[in-house]
Amino acid sequence: MGKYLLRRLAINVVLVAIAASLAYLLAATTMNPRAAYEGRQPPVAEHVIDATLDAYNLNDKTPVLERYATWVSGVVTGDFGKTWNGGSVNDEMGRRIWVSLRLLLIGTVLGFVIGVALGALSAIRQYRFTDRFVGVSSFAIMAIPVFLMATLLAIATYNVNRGLGFTLIEYTGEYNPRLSGWDQLLNRVNHLILPTISLTLGSVAFYSRIQRNMMLDVLGQDFVRTAMAKGLRRRTALTKHALRTALIPSATYFAFAFGTMFTGAIFTEKIFAWHGMGAWLVDSIHQNDVNSVAAVTFFTAICVLTAAFLSDVLVAALDPRVRVS
Amino acid sequence: MSILQVRDLTVTFPGDIQAVRGVSYEVSRGEVLGIVGESGSGKSVTSLAIMGLLPRDAVVSGSVKLHDRELIGVDEDELVKVRGKSISMIFQDPLSAFTPVYTIGDQIAEAVRIHQKMAKDKAAKRAVELLDLVGIPHPDVRAKSFPHEFSGGMRQRAMIAMAIANDPDLLICDEPTTALDVTIQAQVLEVLKTAQRETGAGIVMITHDLGVIAGMADRVLVMYAGRPVEQGPVDELYYRPRMPYTMGLLASIPRIDGEEGPLVPIEGNPPSPAALPPGCPFAPRCPMRIDSCDEEEPPLTPIGGGRHVACIRSREIEHKGLTGADVFPVPVIPPSDVVRVPREQRPTVLELDGLVRHYPLMKGAVFKRRVGTVHAVDGISFDIAEGETLALVGESGCGKTTTLQQIMRLEPPQGGRVVVLGKDSAHLDRAARKSLRGDLQIVFQDPMAALDPRMPVGDIIAEPLRAHGHKDVAARVAELLSLVGLAPEHAERYPQRFSGGQRQRIGIARALALDPKLLVLDEPVSALDVSIQAGVINLLEKLKNTLGLSYLFVAHDLAVVRHLADRVAVMYLGKIAEIGAVANVYDRPAHPYTQALLSAIPLPDPEMERTRKRILLEGDLPSPADPPSGCRFRTRCPKFARLSEAERRRCVDEEPSVVRLASAADHGAACHYAEEIEVITASGDQEEK
Amino acid sequence: MRSKVVIGRLFRNRQARYGSIALILLVALAYIGPFLGSYDWTDKDFLAFLSPPSADHWWGTTTIGQDMYAVTLRGMQKSIIIGLLVALISTGLAAVVGAFAGYFGGWVDKFLMWGVDLLLVLPSFLIIAIISPRLRGATWLWFVVLLAAFAWMITSRVVRSMTLSLREREYVLAAVYMGIPRWKIIFRHIVPNLSSLLIIDATLNVSAAVIGEAALSFFGFGIQPPDVSLGTLIAEGSRNATGYPWLFAFPAGLLVLLVLSINLIGDGLRDALDPGSNS
Ligand code: SF4
Ligand code: SF4
Repeated sequence: MGKYLLRRLAINVVLVAIAASLAYLLAATTMNPRAAYEGRQPPVAEHVIDATLDAYNLNDKTPVLERYATWVSGVVTGDFGKTWNGGSVNDEMGRRIWVSLRLLLIGTVLGFVIGVALGALSAIRQYRFTDRFVGVSSFAIMAIPVFLMATLLAIATYNVNRGLGFTLIEYTGEYNPRLSGWDQLLNRVNHLILPTISLTLGSVAFYSRIQRNMMLDVLGQDFVRTAMAKGLRRRTALTKHALRTALIPSATYFAFAFGTMFTGAIFTEKIFAWHGMGAWLVDSIHQNDVNSVAAVTFFTAICVLTAAFLSDVLVAALDPRVRVS
Repeated sequence: MSILQVRDLTVTFPGDIQAVRGVSYEVSRGEVLGIVGESGSGKSVTSLAIMGLLPRDAVVSGSVKLHDRELIGVDEDELVKVRGKSISMIFQDPLSAFTPVYTIGDQIAEAVRIHQKMAKDKAAKRAVELLDLVGIPHPDVRAKSFPHEFSGGMRQRAMIAMAIANDPDLLICDEPTTALDVTIQAQVLEVLKTAQRETGAGIVMITHDLGVIAGMADRVLVMYAGRPVEQGPVDELYYRPRMPYTMGLLASIPRIDGEEGPLVPIEGNPPSPAALPPGCPFAPRCPMRIDSCDEEEPPLTPIGGGRHVACIRSREIEHKGLTGADVFPVPVIPPSDVVRVPREQRPTVLELDGLVRHYPLMKGAVFKRRVGTVHAVDGISFDIAEGETLALVGESGCGKTTTLQQIMRLEPPQGGRVVVLGKDSAHLDRAARKSLRGDLQIVFQDPMAALDPRMPVGDIIAEPLRAHGHKDVAARVAELLSLVGLAPEHAERYPQRFSGGQRQRIGIARALALDPKLLVLDEPVSALDVSIQAGVINLLEKLKNTLGLSYLFVAHDLAVVRHLADRVAVMYLGKIAEIGAVANVYDRPAHPYTQALLSAIPLPDPEMERTRKRILLEGDLPSPADPPSGCRFRTRCPKFARLSEAERRRCVDEEPSVVRLASAADHGAACHYAEEIEVITASGDQEEK
Repeated sequence: MRSKVVIGRLFRNRQARYGSIALILLVALAYIGPFLGSYDWTDKDFLAFLSPPSADHWWGTTTIGQDMYAVTLRGMQKSIIIGLLVALISTGLAAVVGAFAGYFGGWVDKFLMWGVDLLLVLPSFLIIAIISPRLRGATWLWFVVLLAAFAWMITSRVVRSMTLSLREREYVLAAVYMGIPRWKIIFRHIVPNLSSLLIIDATLNVSAAVIGEAALSFFGFGIQPPDVSLGTLIAEGSRNATGYPWLFAFPAGLLVLLVLSINLIGDGLRDALDPGSNS
């Protein structure tokens, strides 16, 4: 067991290193942070730009490999370097992770719970009205890409607010910094409503499809029949025996989603103007921010691998068949 | 007094598929009713209908009365009081019948608590008692295990424990031993008998195995195409069947006490429930069919002595005293020319010398790691002479399939030698290996899996021909198809269109395409229904004699082996326990394992079954990753148990090798205390003499 | 024979029937529709900037006077082509990589699966977003290759695990024992028997690629102007969707319909091809 974990850890470390390096090299060779300084009015002297860029390890006049070496020596000590305008990448990341988490936690959990419930229900009521309704709705929702859904929600809210003449539901930003205490908390909750809806709808649709399929697979199996042959009611047999078994695959997806939650939601964050990890990904590209790009990649790789590990652990915990005895 | 009364039960599935068409029977306290039928005869659907466990879209009509209470059409509140309390059911595949995520103990305790007001810990204790009752060692520890940690036999015992948890009046057993090995089957049947004694319940035993029924049942019901076609007391029905289907069925089973020679086949296949023939459903396959058989379906009519028959010619059968062998045409199989030469003078086609195959044992699906070495094949030797059939028999996990794969791979083995047609597999180059493959072909067990579903049959058979660069493929394919009894037009169809027996013939045709000298048969008939089996066995026999083939025949069914093989090698845990000519091994087995194996096989003969003495083995097969020291069989050997302390030492310390027995030319056993005895027909009284 | 059965079952499935009809209509609209309108997508009507739908400009005009009907259909053509190509490439790649990894095992498997893991770990959005604007001069086919390069990994894992079980199938063993070379076995016996999975996957990949393209274009990382796709049009339209809804509604609506119809077909195919599954 210990040996297995060590081997897996080693492989993962290598994967993360390669992924981050690839991203760094790609960004460092294709991006042009100089552009942000060159176009300034009044113009900045070239040697000043060079000095600034050198200080941030972003100077395209330095050979790529040299910059890479500097970057690596920083990363191994836990320092991801400077952003394009000299901020600390570490600080930026530390702040943004929590923004993403605050945004996503509720939606992720809610989406899973509602989705599983609806999926199980529609499997039990296969081909009846509930099933058809859930099925059609989830198909419709899955056909609407997140960015469209978020835009639609924002437009709708804008119109509602305008019609009412006051802001009923907030649709940009995380909170209003001018408020404090309970008001601020309420205001934060208000800001959460739209993004949470947009996130939840998608995952409800996703989980309900998965759970329905899994549940249908299990429903036809012998052990559900055995449970009823013992004298359990159909409903009890379904929840206690079928649902418990059919939950395993959805739960692993959930574990994965939970682990990657920290990497943010690109579209939701951008459209509702939350400055989380997802938005950073887009911003850093627009700003030619090489070190941030590399840091985001690094972080994403770690999250994905941790999430994969998490879901493996969860399978082992939920399913005695794969547990190591 | 009867516990259960079934009247005119019918079950129809959507699409007008009449799975059950009027079944009636009664079961009394302490009585065992056997229901026999082939797959698709509606025997399992009947029992699920009684329990009310069919899918909701099935339409059930007729009447099922338990203690005079109607069960058909009542709502769930009533049904749940009966299920698991008055009627319990034991399912065929005990692995899928347990919920994988709960422990066995919890699942049994749950069954207890549904019908009895009992505290959790008390129910858990009761579960342990029940497990003890069905003979599970260390029941308190094992109750905490999950279903996948149990062996097949143990799971079935646990299933029985769960079924008798609430002292039911009626036990319905649906193919309870089909998935199990014979020695385990014997154990489980014994447990069932105990369970019946404990509860005094009536039993409905559903199976396709006429041997199991002969030993268990008081009365028998034979089903065909969704209807009972014959019913009566077990002796009457077995010794004086009055309906051609029953007669054919009884005549077509190979028997371990039987003679060599062709079996009685029933031609054709059972009708599909969606397209039944107009009159007697058996008419298309019945050799006694007359025109009036097609007019209407003969009803099940009483003929006295508690017997019922659905055949318009049953009186005539009775008068003339006809049997299956009289009625069904038995094919004539030409004798083989090769065997006239004495065995020693014939060339050897296959020789195995100390073959070894070990592989790593991995554990955990997510956290994979190596936990040991499986000694799948641990030094086995035998040879096959031209024109001979050697059968390799043993229960699952004995290493017979691994042996076969090692031969077929034609690559250097881990240890020992494989010599095919004089060529050592360790010294083959690529070209030589490919040309040798033409001489060595295989027929697989599962006719569904052995043919690529995406290829028409013609291409399947042509594949080896093309791979070896043959010309005029189409003509050869047609020739091969007719050789195995199919029509050349069949080449254009896809495998799905064929029945199991036909597919197996296609598999045989493919194996014969390259004119092989040695054919490896991997359980070629075990997936087929009895009535189909006989035809395939006869075909194999005929092909061997006419084409001068040699067979290596891998099987677990010793009765089939007796019919087809010349010599037999019995394997246990990767070693050969006993080897020799069929007559020697069957009539005078010398190794305690062979003795137990032979005595465990039920005979389709009620009288013999009642008096036969069984050698029951204790426990399960040890793990091949950790075989016992010395003699591998010693943990279960009944003889070992009877030996003195000093004698036992030898079994523990010294591994026995196959030694030729003094009394016969071709007979050897790997036991320090080998002693030939007769077991197949041994009855309890004989033993006492 | 089998294909006839499948098609029959597909059309008996209501979802799939509606999906196919909708898809046929949409494709017809995209490719035949432009001939019916009176403007070409490159035409600019300097008399009508941002005019709402009218008899002349059916779906209104854009900020620079392009006919929205012509532009949207042009964008849809591009989205459909991109979807199809990406699906084809990525599913093909997934099949080959998965089947080889599963069938050969050993170091081939290790190496290929390692590559899969690496690609899974890389944030695909980010990589594509960095590269694609740099392809401005090059053909949009590069963009297709990029999208496909990040879309095949999950399927290839599924293919691999199914190959692992197919490998032990008796008909595959039979082929081995006949002396048929291994790569031939893969293409003759393994891949065809995965066709249900692959067809379903390819269908669903079409809609995933359409969405992926739109999403990237939404941020300006996808199809580059002057070329248009549904994604670029939606991005443009969403900026002033309240004032000029026709700029947003038509491309967005068509995108949703397109994805929905493909998903319906994919789900129907699953039912028709795989009688065992109830999904
Ligand atoms: S009724 Fe006729 S066809 Fe049917 S079993 Fe009797 S003799 Fe045969
Ligand atoms: S050697 Fe000993 S333990 Fe083994 S079979 Fe013979 S008597 Fe039994």
